[in-house]
Amino acid sequence: MALTGLFLCFFLIIHLLGNLQLLLPQEKAQLQYNAYSAFLSGNILIKVVSYVLYATIILHSIDAVYLSIKAKKAAGKSYAKDKRNRASTWYSRQMMLLGHIVFAFLVIHFKDFWFPYKFTKMPTDLQGNKDLYTLVVLAFQELWYVILYAVAILALGFHLLHGFFSAHRSLGLYHPYYNKIIKYIGVVFAAVMTFGYLIIPFYLYLKV
Amino acid sequence: MAKDIHANIPQGDLKDKWSNYKNQAKLVSPNNRKKLDIIVVGTGLAGASAAASLAEMGYNIKSFCFQDSPRRAHSVAAQGGVNAMKNYKNDGDSVYRMFYDTLKGGDFRSREANTYRLAECSASLIDQAVAQGVPFGREYSGYLRNRSFGGVQVSRTFYARGQTGQQLLLGSYQALMRQTEAGKVQLFARHEMLELITIDGKAKGIIARNLDTGKLEPHSAHAVVLATGGFGKIYYLSTLAMGCNASAVWRAHKKGAWMANPSWTQIHPTSLPQSGTYQSKLTLMSESLRNDGRIWVPKDKKENRKPNEIPEEERDYYLERKYPAFGNLAPRDIASRSAKEQIDAGKGVGPLKNAVYLDFKHALKEHGKEIISERYDNLFKMYEKITGVNAYKEPMKISPAAHFSMGGLWVDYDLQTNIPGLFAIGEANFSDHGANRLGANSLLQACVDGYYIVPYTLQNYLADQIQVEKPAINHPAFIASVKEIKAQLQEFIQNKGNKTAEEYHRELGKILYDKCGLSRSKKGLEEAITSIKTLRKNFSENLLVPGKEEEINSELEKAGRVKDYLELAELMCLDALHREESCGAHFREEHQTSEGEAKRNDKDFCYSAAWEWNKTASTPILHKEPLVFEFVKPTKRNYK
Amino acid sequence: MEIHLKIWRQKNQESKGALKNYTLTEVNPAMSFLEMLDMLNLKLAKNGELPVEFDHDCREGICGQCGMMINGIAHGPLKNTTTCQLHMRSFKDGDTIYIEPFRAKAFPIIRDLKVDRTSLDTIIAAGGYISVNTGQAPEANSIPVTHHEAESAFDAAACIGCGACVASCKNASAALFTASKISHFANLPQGKKESAERTVKMVNRMDELDFGHCTNTEACQVECPQDISVLHIARMNYEYNKAKIKKI
Repeated sequence: MALTGLFLCFFLIIHLLGNLQLLLPQEKAQLQYNAYSAFLSGNILIKVVSYVLYATIILHSIDAVYLSIKAKKAAGKSYAKDKRNRASTWYSRQMMLLGHIVFAFLVIHFKDFWFPYKFTKMPTDLQGNKDLYTLVVLAFQELWYVILYAVAILALGFHLLHGFFSAHRSLGLYHPYYNKIIKYIGVVFAAVMTFGYLIIPFYLYLKV
Repeated sequence: MAKDIHANIPQGDLKDKWSNYKNQAKLVSPNNRKKLDIIVVGTGLAGASAAASLAEMGYNIKSFCFQDSPRRAHSVAAQGGVNAMKNYKNDGDSVYRMFYDTLKGGDFRSREANTYRLAECSASLIDQAVAQGVPFGREYSGYLRNRSFGGVQVSRTFYARGQTGQQLLLGSYQALMRQTEAGKVQLFARHEMLELITIDGKAKGIIARNLDTGKLEPHSAHAVVLATGGFGKIYYLSTLAMGCNASAVWRAHKKGAWMANPSWTQIHPTSLPQSGTYQSKLTLMSESLRNDGRIWVPKDKKENRKPNEIPEEERDYYLERKYPAFGNLAPRDIASRSAKEQIDAGKGVGPLKNAVYLDFKHALKEHGKEIISERYDNLFKMYEKITGVNAYKEPMKISPAAHFSMGGLWVDYDLQTNIPGLFAIGEANFSDHGANRLGANSLLQACVDGYYIVPYTLQNYLADQIQVEKPAINHPAFIASVKEIKAQLQEFIQNKGNKTAEEYHRELGKILYDKCGLSRSKKGLEEAITSIKTLRKNFSENLLVPGKEEEINSELEKAGRVKDYLELAELMCLDALHREESCGAHFREEHQTSEGEAKRNDKDFCYSAAWEWNKTASTPILHKEPLVFEFVKPTKRNYK
Repeated sequence: MEIHLKIWRQKNQESKGALKNYTLTEVNPAMSFLEMLDMLNLKLAKNGELPVEFDHDCREGICGQCGMMINGIAHGPLKNTTTCQLHMRSFKDGDTIYIEPFRAKAFPIIRDLKVDRTSLDTIIAAGGYISVNTGQAPEANSIPVTHHEAESAFDAAACIGCGACVASCKNASAALFTASKISHFANLPQGKKESAERTVKMVNRMDELDFGHCTNTEACQVECPQDISVLHIARMNYEYNKAKIKKI
């Protein structure tokens, strides 16, 4: 869980850096973003990494399902009065729910961008690259789609808020001082990711 | 009928006796050990360490406890520490001095040889505990730390914060669990021993009740070890756990094992005072607090200011005044009795005027809050939880409470009772502490008995039992006992009176505390005996036990325990009555000096009183084991 | 004060069980919580009803035998307090208190509020010790243990084995219990030697029993009577991962 989670965290950073190109002036953004996408899908190394990524997502999900089933089995009958939530944060208890939202979003995300880009004939831009940029921009003209995206990113944000430091714990970081640092970095990381991924749809919706 | 009895003390000089014994003790070869079964009842420090050590040697152990896990036995609650002669402090300690302190602390009413052995084996216990991972307090250098304790003038107490008992117990519990994993120990938690089985005069097994199902289970073995602790809970309000009881010991007694000095009960000076009638137990605050706390009462009876508002010159630091050499570290019996004196004189403090102050103001000033909190923080926190008072700011209120049974099953040097094959170790026996136990010696005795003594002495007994088959559990002795116990349990339930066992227990406790507690008198004891008899009669007619017998039923468990208490209580009073002297915790008002100190009578009472059950609780037979002091001369105990 | 109780009554493991209502009118605020239950039981016994079965022994917060969910919180509202050390002054006149057993599959109910926590002993049996026989020990001061090591070890060793961590965990994980033992020994030079073996055995045993997995919600530490730190769980993970990597 921890290893796959941290790998996905790493991916989130790269993906965000790539996507921030969408914030460039329209002309420049279109060409650069499409070229970047073409480079990614053409590079063999990236291809290998992407398969690892798919596998990681699947592993992370399977592991989550396994642990949830185990937890469900381990829990006894439910309490008539349950105040246990005073002792922990809601998002640390709801990692599975948050994960579900993120996963559902991923399915939509793949269907809307990844699938058309990989498996359909698409219009090309001036440089002859598939015009993913326009596809993305058009998608974010729908308000409901932006909201859906925002909800998913918020879910991801809270997922990270717990997941980042929790992963370090599971790996065995036990020193109190470094734990403090990691917890702090985790908060910053979750905030940056949430803000970074949120800014794109809203920018595209409002600007274009 | 009464006879002089002897304890099989080995020959030789005091310091050679135990090695002589070990050199000559019979052995059982490793391949024969797996043919021998031993029952160990109780999983406190004594029981768990004995069971683990014997299992490591290769014997088959059945280990019983009434708690839901062996780790909960009441050794867990010991706070202050464990004594051992390491002389790490270079402050003049030696085995002899430790032996002498213990003997003197016990007011010269214990057996020289046993007490010496206790001191002799103490050092290895610390080694053993450290190897097991017990996190004792350490100096910054990494070496072990010591502190001083009541009744001695050296620092020989090792401690693990205020939870020494817990940590030592976890050490032996873990050793026990290691042997269960290895298949050498079979564990029976939530089982209570209800009968000892003897066949041809030898201990051969027990009947235990499975507390979850109520079923009676016979278990046979080649030997039985009782490590069932003390019976201070007989006073109802005590520092003991709710489940602590005398039943295992008492039922062995009724099968012929002698009870020695049953009335010698240590009343601990630093417990929290009783606050109301609903109270179920008194919480102990470790005696180690007396290292830094100063005990006082207001000089004026009518004092009603808050403690911090009472100026120094109006306080009576009575222990420091009366015992300048030992001051607040006077032995427990003296500290308790002095507190009672002050309380009886009307100088008690608190709403019920039943307590004295234990003040840390001076220590906080001298050492600073950090050091004091490192030493006692958990105790201060506990105090605040229970009373709502912050002891960093205001003195604690403490009062005496029943704590430790110096008396118990009579055992010889081998820790074997007069029933061959029945051993008693730890607080369940009587041997090492005389008439008063020094602080931090109980953990020591339990461990030493379990780790170092019984493995040798039991083996010495078992060497002759290799050829003897253990009895089958359908042996008539087992069948008859099961039937008898069943009848008794059914009787409790069918009685359908209107008073619960707990109510009887409270009444009995009050009688004993008033008449057979800190101070005793002929008149009081005779009154107590009459009241106990009346209460016992009432119990047999009017007991109420709800529920059924073959199911989980904690009221039924209590009923059996209280029935035994009601018999034991009378023996305690008879024992206290017959001993026309004051010694240690046993203070007879008729026998005191003009200054109110205990007056011992070595001419007539230099013996351990071993009582034999004889048909009824009122007619025991007294046997005397003369205490022969070959190596030290009993002196007047002086802590001034 | 007057107190209304809703107590879980269940005859045995198989039967269904339900909350039952009781009212006590003469509760003294200085009473401990268990003394309040004693009072109820006396009343029930006198009325010919079966008393409420609950576990308790030392009543000074160290044996770990008591433990119940009080108003949905293990050991009740006070932090770092066992049930036996909770006093009625923590409640108000007229309060309704829900009392339920610790619930987890690994803690089957025996009756009413009594549960079977043998599984915790079983975890210790798997490896929660230093494998030293009586008589093998070297001189105590030949193994110096720094003040800091001893204190850290103690912080972990203070566990009383009550099971509140399991009851408070949404996954019913025994990670804090297991980790406290592993960390206790891993902090000491004499315990380090068999740390790898011990950790793997204990963690595997925990997994075989009906406990869930730790997801670091940290609820266990909050409700632990001894305030044992969740960082010990990280220590356990460290020891476990290290052992596994070394094996490869």
